[in-house]
Amino acid sequence: MLKDITLGQFFPGKTIIHRLDPRTKILLMLIYFVTLFLAKNYFSYALVLSFLVGATLLGRIPFRAMTRGLKPMLIIIVFTGVLNLFYTRGGTLLLEWKFIHIYSEGLRTAFFMILRILMLVCGTFLLTYTTSPIALTDALEQLASPLKKLHVPVHEFSMMMCIALRFIPTLIEETDKIISAQKARGADFETGNLIRRAKALIPILVPLFFSAFRRADELATAMECRCYHGGEGRTSLKVLRYALRDYLALSVGLVLLVLVAILRHYGL
Amino acid sequence: MDPTAPIVEARDLAHVYSAGTPFEHIAIEHINLSFRAGELVGLIGHTGSGKSTLIQHLNGLLKPTSGKILFQGEDIWKDKKFTQSVRGRVGLVFQYPEYQLFEETCWKDIAFGPKNQGISGDELDARVRRAAGFVGIDESLLEKSPFDLSGGQKRRVAIAGVIAMEPDVLILDEPTAGLDAAGRDSILENIRAYQQAQNAAVIMVSHSMEEVASLCTRLIVMNRGSVAMDGTPAEVFTRSVELAEMGLSVPQVTTVFRLLREQGMDLPADVYTVKYALRCLAAWKEGRSC
Repeated sequence: MLKDITLGQFFPGKTIIHRLDPRTKILLMLIYFVTLFLAKNYFSYALVLSFLVGATLLGRIPFRAMTRGLKPMLIIIVFTGVLNLFYTRGGTLLLEWKFIHIYSEGLRTAFFMILRILMLVCGTFLLTYTTSPIALTDALEQLASPLKKLHVPVHEFSMMMCIALRFIPTLIEETDKIISAQKARGADFETGNLIRRAKALIPILVPLFFSAFRRADELATAMECRCYHGGEGRTSLKVLRYALRDYLALSVGLVLLVLVAILRHYGL
Repeated sequence: MDPTAPIVEARDLAHVYSAGTPFEHIAIEHINLSFRAGELVGLIGHTGSGKSTLIQHLNGLLKPTSGKILFQGEDIWKDKKFTQSVRGRVGLVFQYPEYQLFEETCWKDIAFGPKNQGISGDELDARVRRAAGFVGIDESLLEKSPFDLSGGQKRRVAIAGVIAMEPDVLILDEPTAGLDAAGRDSILENIRAYQQAQNAAVIMVSHSMEEVASLCTRLIVMNRGSVAMDGTPAEVFTRSVELAEMGLSVPQVTTVFRLLREQGMDLPADVYTVKYALRCLAAWKEGRSC
């Protein structure tokens, strides 16, 4: 069913990873991404991988949750792997059959590309699994606050993002309900050709849009009733403060980055 | 066909949500019920007692985890075509049905259900007008957009959309939620009118004891996913202590009469409608039993 969507799901917990400042986690993820793109060989990949596995273990994220989240990525991963495998030349020729040539360099690139995508996705999962959406938007607003000087409406963007995230489960539930109601009136979404099926969506989409607008309208009124007037002079319920663990975590991240950069410099 | 045979039956029905995950949750189990033509059944129970899950099984929207739903003696899941056709014979009106309106005109929206059943032409038009008549929607409104109507009228159009399929069993999930007293009474009257005209079975989920007491001939009380009581309103409302334990109340007039009896007045225990209460009080004043 629709409600089984797990993408970006938050697993509440009290581990050190959960308690890190969300800004630290976002910065760490950026450092992790840069490091991952700097990594060139087995040894540096192993370093970055151990960082990822260590953080996953510390955050007590079940490995099954990671692999389940990876399922929708399967097509992209296979596609990238196959492309790299067939189109990279160099090294020794391993296999030659009609127009297919597989070189050792191709095998190597494909392997690293797949590994890189997997690790990129798992890294973002680690962030969203251990950080609530509200904390994430708070952190993004704080990190982007220097842009306010350039008249970028940072607060408004983060408020919009926050509201959007908040309403995803509500709208999913609503969609489920509307589908059931129209099915009860004999609507059939499963048979017929493409055009018929597209037309069958109208009885779902019209009420869904209608209710989304109604909810938006009600929310806007409710916010105005509580004197919401944008970001100017607004204080936070939860003030973000860096703690010792945040400095420690950032140092670990930086050490990793420097190590991998040095390894790359020496061509290792 | 035997007119007293049940139209819809639940046999040892159970439903488990998210089976096999950490979120596993047994919504209903050991449900054995049957519904006959002409019955007006009130389904009551605390929030989360499994009422909504149960009614979505009766028209094949949810598939039982175990057990069976029979429509006129046949398993509704025996094949896909049959399941689909049962949805027209067992009409289900969801909570706040006005949120499912989508067509440009009321006529088209009411016609959506019967059209899906394969009805067209004059028969379709007749069905739409009959259904609109049952819920008191004026012919002049049929060409209007449903989105221009008032809340109460929208609800009527949505209910008409299910009635137009002319189901043998009509199920309504809190049809009067959020309506004012006048709107409530007239919708309940409409439901009774449909039930009598079609000799249909009507099942109504409600949180208002007054409502089910005045309308229904049979009450089913759900508690923690099972049927706790099943009987006439009089039978159910005499068990007010058990009802209170399930977080349910009895009609206010029943409570008043219980208190009066505790004061030593000789009044019957099965009073649950204001009409009957008035008669009893008048009789009591004259010193006879009612």
